[in-house]
Amino acid sequence: MALMDILIYPDDRLKQISAPVESFDDGLRAFVADLEETMRVGPGGVGIAAPQVGHFIRVAIVDVSAKKKIRHHGRLVLINPEIEQWEGMVMGREGCMSVPDYTGNVIRAERIQLRAQDEFGQWQAFDMEGYEARAVQHELDHLDGLLFLDRLVSKRHDLFSRKVYKK
Amino acid sequence: MTKDKINWYMLTLVGRDRPGIVAHVTSALYEGGCNLGETSMMRLGGNFTIMMMVQCDNSKTTLHEVMDGVAESLGLKLHVDPIKAKLHEHRQPDVRISVYGADRAGIVARVTETLAEAGLDILELESDVAGTEAAPIYIMNMEGHAAEGFEALESALDIVRREQGIEASISRIETMVG
Repeated sequence: MALMDILIYPDDRLKQISAPVESFDDGLRAFVADLEETMRVGPGGVGIAAPQVGHFIRVAIVDVSAKKKIRHHGRLVLINPEIEQWEGMVMGREGCMSVPDYTGNVIRAERIQLRAQDEFGQWQAFDMEGYEARAVQHELDHLDGLLFLDRLVSKRHDLFSRKVYKK
Repeated sequence: MTKDKINWYMLTLVGRDRPGIVAHVTSALYEGGCNLGETSMMRLGGNFTIMMMVQCDNSKTTLHEVMDGVAESLGLKLHVDPIKAKLHEHRQPDVRISVYGADRAGIVARVTETLAEAGLDILELESDVAGTEAAPIYIMNMEGHAAEGFEALESALDIVRREQGIEASISRIETMVG
């Protein structure tokens, strides 16, 4: 296993769209292991996407299980992930290993239904919410060349920071 | 830009608001060879206010030379102080507190005093008076660091809620770094 260097914005490569994974081989699994190791030594360490280490393939890892009192699915390897449904909106604070020394408020769906393959190509489906759903949406944005900086809302107007939309 | 020894100045401008002030001011600074660090502009009671970290290769006298003319032409009061400052040292807040209620003297003093005793270190604060002249309401939002824990601030807010008859809410800021 090996740690990989994190691309830091304004590196243009972070703004590109990543390609779907087609072969689920040992090379992919070795990459996933390195990606996970890199995530776990990073600040926060709850999520990482392949383009953050200069691999432009649709792979992300999320693991928010260290966080107390929240619902989560443990360690998730998400390959070719697709969000199939969004529900609710909630504002929360985000930072990014690729954008050091800055955090900002971002509105995300409160609950999502997600479909993704694991490192063996098996499709899996997840219903997730809250912090875990936020982490997944943040990482999936990386696969489309989007940073949380593309979605910032004002820090000043807290009255809008509650749930602003209910279905 | 990772120069360690940068001479920073805090430049403050206050005056009647009108469109284009920021563009005029920042153009003058740029043309005068100055760089901006962190800045904050707000309109307070119809007044334009801005505070800017400004770095020049020159001295304070020169910053006045760059700015005096443009400030005067825009009708703004200018204030320049040398400051000790560094970029890339943001502290992250872990708590957000909102307070609102019927406006009257002393709310801010009492609320912030009680919260300070409970360990609140305010990193950002913004407050406003809304409602009508006959029935003004006061709204205050803060972000800060709970040095003595979240529960200490919750208890402090219970006290000010009862004492002051105001609405107050507190929530954790859980920063997701991905």
